[in-house]
Amino acid sequence: MRSAFEEVGRPKFDQSFQIAQSTFKLFEEMALRKVRSNIDRIFDKSLTDLIRGIRNNKDNESRYIAQCMEEIKMELRQDSIYVKANAIEKLAYLQMLGYDISWASFNVIEVMASTKYTEKRIGYLAAAQSFHDETEVLMLTTNLIRKDVNSSNMYESGIALGGLSCFITPDLARDLAADIVNLLASSRCYTRKRAVLLLYKVFLKYPDALRPTFPRLKEKLEDPDPGVQSAAVNVICELARKNPKNYLTLAPVFFKLMTTSSNNWMLIKIIKLFGALVPLEPRLGKKLLEPLTNLINSTSAMSLLYECINTVIAVLISISAGGDHTASIQLCVQKLGVLIEDSDQNLKYLGLLAMGKILKTHPKAVQAHKDIVLRCLDDKDESIRIRSLDLLYGMVSKKNIVEIVKKLMEHVEAAEGSHYRDELLSRIIGICSYNNYQYITNFEWYISVLVELTKVEGTKHGAKIAEQIQDVTVRVESIRHFSVSQMALLVENAHVLLAGSAQQRSNLCEVLLAAAWICGEYSQHVRNVQSVLESMLRAKTSVMPGHILSVYVQNIGKLYSSLLSQAEKEDDWDAIESLDNLMLSKLPQFELSEHLEAQERACTLMTIIRIVEGLHQKKEKMAHEFALLYDGELNPVAMKAQRKVPIPEGLDLDVWIGEEWVSSAEESENESDIEATFGQPIHQPRYELGEEANEETNNTNHKKTKKKEQQMTPEEMERKRKQREAEIENNPYYVKGNATVPKRPTKFTTNVERQEIIEKSNDIQSPLEIPGVVGLHRYMEQQDSTLSWKKAKESKKKTKKGGKKGKKKQRGESTSSEEENNVVHMVNRNDGEMPEGARSTDDEDEFTKQTTDEFRALDIDLDAPLRPDEVVKAPQAYTRTYPSHNKHVPLVPRPPTTFEPRQSIPEVSTPPKIPKKTKKVKKTTKKNQLITSNEASDSKSNLFNMDDWLDSTTTKSKMTIEKARDTLVAEKKSKKKTSKKTREAYEETSGVCTPSIPQAQTPSGSNLNNGQENNYISLAANKIVALDYLTKPSLDAMDHGRVRIFIKVRNLGKSKLQKIELSVVDTLNAKVIRNEDTILLSDELDLNENCESSFEIQAQSIDVARIMRGTMTYFVVEDEGTSEDKLDIRLSLPTTTFIVKSKIKKDEYSVLLASDDVDYSASSQVKSVTGEVNLKAILRGLEQRANFSIVEETAKAASLFARTISGQAICLLVKKTSDGLQIDGKAGEDQLIQSIVQDLSEICARI
Amino acid sequence: MIKAILVINNHGKPRLLKFYQHYTEEMQQQIVRETFQLVSKRDDNVCNFLEGGTLIDGNDYRLIYRHYATLYFIFCVDSSESELGILDLIQVFVETLDRCFENVCELDLIFHVDKVHHILGEIVMGGMVLETNMNEILQRIQEQDKIQKQEAGITAAPARAVSAVKNMNISQQLKDIKLPDLPSLTNLKNAF
Repeated sequence: MRSAFEEVGRPKFDQSFQIAQSTFKLFEEMALRKVRSNIDRIFDKSLTDLIRGIRNNKDNESRYIAQCMEEIKMELRQDSIYVKANAIEKLAYLQMLGYDISWASFNVIEVMASTKYTEKRIGYLAAAQSFHDETEVLMLTTNLIRKDVNSSNMYESGIALGGLSCFITPDLARDLAADIVNLLASSRCYTRKRAVLLLYKVFLKYPDALRPTFPRLKEKLEDPDPGVQSAAVNVICELARKNPKNYLTLAPVFFKLMTTSSNNWMLIKIIKLFGALVPLEPRLGKKLLEPLTNLINSTSAMSLLYECINTVIAVLISISAGGDHTASIQLCVQKLGVLIEDSDQNLKYLGLLAMGKILKTHPKAVQAHKDIVLRCLDDKDESIRIRSLDLLYGMVSKKNIVEIVKKLMEHVEAAEGSHYRDELLSRIIGICSYNNYQYITNFEWYISVLVELTKVEGTKHGAKIAEQIQDVTVRVESIRHFSVSQMALLVENAHVLLAGSAQQRSNLCEVLLAAAWICGEYSQHVRNVQSVLESMLRAKTSVMPGHILSVYVQNIGKLYSSLLSQAEKEDDWDAIESLDNLMLSKLPQFELSEHLEAQERACTLMTIIRIVEGLHQKKEKMAHEFALLYDGELNPVAMKAQRKVPIPEGLDLDVWIGEEWVSSAEESENESDIEATFGQPIHQPRYELGEEANEETNNTNHKKTKKKEQQMTPEEMERKRKQREAEIENNPYYVKGNATVPKRPTKFTTNVERQEIIEKSNDIQSPLEIPGVVGLHRYMEQQDSTLSWKKAKESKKKTKKGGKKGKKKQRGESTSSEEENNVVHMVNRNDGEMPEGARSTDDEDEFTKQTTDEFRALDIDLDAPLRPDEVVKAPQAYTRTYPSHNKHVPLVPRPPTTFEPRQSIPEVSTPPKIPKKTKKVKKTTKKNQLITSNEASDSKSNLFNMDDWLDSTTTKSKMTIEKARDTLVAEKKSKKKTSKKTREAYEETSGVCTPSIPQAQTPSGSNLNNGQENNYISLAANKIVALDYLTKPSLDAMDHGRVRIFIKVRNLGKSKLQKIELSVVDTLNAKVIRNEDTILLSDELDLNENCESSFEIQAQSIDVARIMRGTMTYFVVEDEGTSEDKLDIRLSLPTTTFIVKSKIKKDEYSVLLASDDVDYSASSQVKSVTGEVNLKAILRGLEQRANFSIVEETAKAASLFARTISGQAICLLVKKTSDGLQIDGKAGEDQLIQSIVQDLSEICARI
Repeated sequence: MIKAILVINNHGKPRLLKFYQHYTEEMQQQIVRETFQLVSKRDDNVCNFLEGGTLIDGNDYRLIYRHYATLYFIFCVDSSESELGILDLIQVFVETLDRCFENVCELDLIFHVDKVHHILGEIVMGGMVLETNMNEILQRIQEQDKIQKQEAGITAAPARAVSAVKNMNISQQLKDIKLPDLPSLTNLKNAF
């Protein structure tokens, strides 16, 4: 603004002297205008003005804002950053009101780039509010953000990190990851904290960064600042929550934090994290129980108490199988009971939530609080009511289910809001159908409940209710009669159900589906089939949804069939004729349904009935044949049965069954040919769509199809075909070759008929009360009265009952219910039929349960050693722009400082970098010390450590927290000791390892391998045969400690050898991997021939040399005949067998030596017989025979490096002494290095 | 993770929106409306946890809110956050506002959204809890205010003068509509 003022003053002054008097007036105007415009700038609306303006213009807010937007656009065109910042600030506010400000993205960046903190902050705020992954200008911000993030002003850096956390993109994450990781080492905890949190976002957007930076993140768990520590815990918890198994190895670290920290925020996070880890490792749970219980008893913070209980519950769930933990359960349940009874609604809610979790595994424990939970059902708070609904499963028993459901039904009626009502509905169904109706003894009651539920307004669970009604009816045979009678009433009064609003209708319609199906399927139970059939035929095709219509059509067929067989049995030809006429007159309206399935079924049924009718005119009885269409009992089928049907062998659905069809145009003419080919035309098998599809077995379908086929005679076929042709002629939807204009029947043709139906239906008054349908209340009433009847003895019968009920009795459905009242219902509680060879468990589903894609990308094994390419690189281009940062070197984590399992890198280690100031490192090499990547924690050893850690608890399960602390302290101490030892041990070698002598790369491995080819060692020999062998660690199975042994058999004798077999005796530590007892080396070996063969040996531990004994047997084929012979062998496997060639750079090597990873050493001296030592030859020998690679070589000494097959590093120093060699070795295990040095000295002695 | 932080007044007007996951402006407004619908029909003495709504998407997200005088402070969080912890966090947030604005009222939030954002930025970052120690938060905010004043001292003097004039009679208005003090700040259960 200062500049604005200067401009205002100066031009006016200067120009007034320069310009002539005559033009003064004109100038004055101009100047004034300029002054005005500049002053206007000052009077630009600030954010406060904008807000005030909006408040003052409540009536025409949008117009006012539109005007402001125009002003803002003007302001953004100004050069002054101050003006722009002001405009952007206003935009950020307008964004909150719902205005899109993405058009100003570029200006936002301009403001972000301002040098002033206040303006920059406005820019970052606007960016955080409006930028997202698709914001293209974000590409331009990389450098800007890098500069800001690394700003010397920590608040500038802070807002940049905060802003970045909101709008980070994969590109930004990739480019800035290195900078953010560098900030982890910032001296300000304010910055460190933010950098740590931001890492999580970086990982989400750029998962590749996770592995290389994770060790750095892990270090932050031990940051001196509790805020940073807490942030690190936070990030790791977020990561672990999505992919817990990768973080299991961190459990000891977190355990330590948990027992030592007093920061409740962090404790909560850690305890939550344990909750996620526990299901994967039950032993961890056992270890946690003690400290958690202590926390529960000691803490006063409710939040912490609650999380502890939650995790204890998780523990109990995970170890529910073994052990007695009633004390812990009791403690949890008791504490939760306190929470639930608390007056604080929040605690009550959470108490119920946690109780729900216990319920799953320990239902009995929860039942103690049944009363409280039931009381919560009446709570005024909906959230609490829903939570207590969750618990009901555990509260229900055979005895109280009726009572509980009654209570719930009352709630349904009283409930406001569809969400809660739907929830109630599904809970009622859930409770009742639990474990295939475990709690239900009286199924009539349940059917009544379901019928009652259909009356609930506006629920979306119609289909669910229908499914239940069907399911119960199918499963419980004894209920069918009652069920059918109820459903028949529903069908007969369908118009009442359909009278409501559209939403209600869609709900109730579903019930009609079940009703129609039950009436049809169990038509033998229907009292008045005729009336049901008629009411079905009267269905309003325009109102009823198509899928229900199709079920209607199907079941009309069934009812017709049942009526027909009855009439034919009685030889009542009049009845038959009227029945046929009824069908033929009413069915056509179904053919007009818009729903294809319904239309198709109607057409099919119509055709069949026409055929039947035709035969009836010839007085032929058709009922039996017709009934076959619907023959067969339906059984419940397991949900996934269809999917599980194994594909029969040899079934190829893509192959033509017969000859290929010529073309569809000729189809109708060739029909007879086709018949000839196929025998008979194939009919559509009977498929019930909709709900029944689940319940219908493939088998029954199949059976029915077959029967149908058998039943059709050729004449019928012919007739049917003709009929179909006629139908095609009339069908408006059939596209024909010759275009005759089809008479298009419309829905209106049947209008008159429908009108009548509607009029008829108006007689019934109350909308949802269908006379005769026993709702729940009625049913209960009836039951009560039934009981009283029984007392009064059956003499006073229905006549004495009130009008209403009497009527119902006449309808005749409840008599049965009374009689069957005491019937024990046999329930088919099977899971349902499954095809043979299918398993009922489902593994597919577990896949879908996986976390979302975003998090799946982060499912990365963190324990596996780093690959050399796994580094976070800063793009080269950027390093040029910022000379101060041109050490944007690949990021490599430094070795962990915790008592963590150590990581190792087999093969090649990561390129070094990152200047670091660790004391130890300083000691060994002074300048420009570079850090190797995180060494030596091969996943296997990790697990071992975990096991140790976990098992230690089982032995001292009584260990208190104090003890745990003690041990931790002790651990620390012992650790310090070892590291000291390391340093001392190292002094001897340090002289060689300092990178003083430039040394070329180690010779490439290929040469060595070539050399190794001929490196067979003699194993055993006699006159006839000689055995040589060579060992090679098998690389592809690194983790398993396998060694492949190559055996060369040479035939030295003068005769053919046959069946050369080798049997090796397994030792405790080494086993031959084989299928049979002996290893066949060769079937036949001619004179002077060689053969090679190999087998693998699995070694349990690799730290000692071992010898395996074996025998080779063979047959010698001589002229006199074959004779058997054998040769004993001793297969020696020195520890060098298990060594893999691995390269390392000099500086990494020295760092490695300084680290704790190789803290055991051994040395040995080899006396030379001649007094002369050829160091070069020895080194080559070590390279070839022992797989070591040379790191450095001088005239008198050399350092060598290799790894074992399990990835442990082995460092070696070979020195020439006055009378021989001195070999010093260092490795992570005492035994290992002892035996290796021993073996090596033997090798050297032989060279 | 915190998915969103909303501050809505008793009439459903947003006073602060902070989404840690991208939504279009339209969607944001819809979420505000929907959340307000859910929250506003609840009594003051029911629990502070809510399920349901588009924002929550059915999975493990929950709404945790507190109602202070005319404002609802609503946090949408997933199951990795402790419910009671978030309630305490809201408390920390509001108390911090109270200290920064000296008896905070809705008008402070209306006219200083930017500042509220900055304060929030010291407490939550990218959906994760950054700092819960109020003294630390306050210290950081004061230091940043100092920077702001320094910068403003050089450049924004005239503008400030103008806005001071513009604010002349407003300040009185502000005082008049001051809202009741935060209820039961001290009485609330402190988990720590």
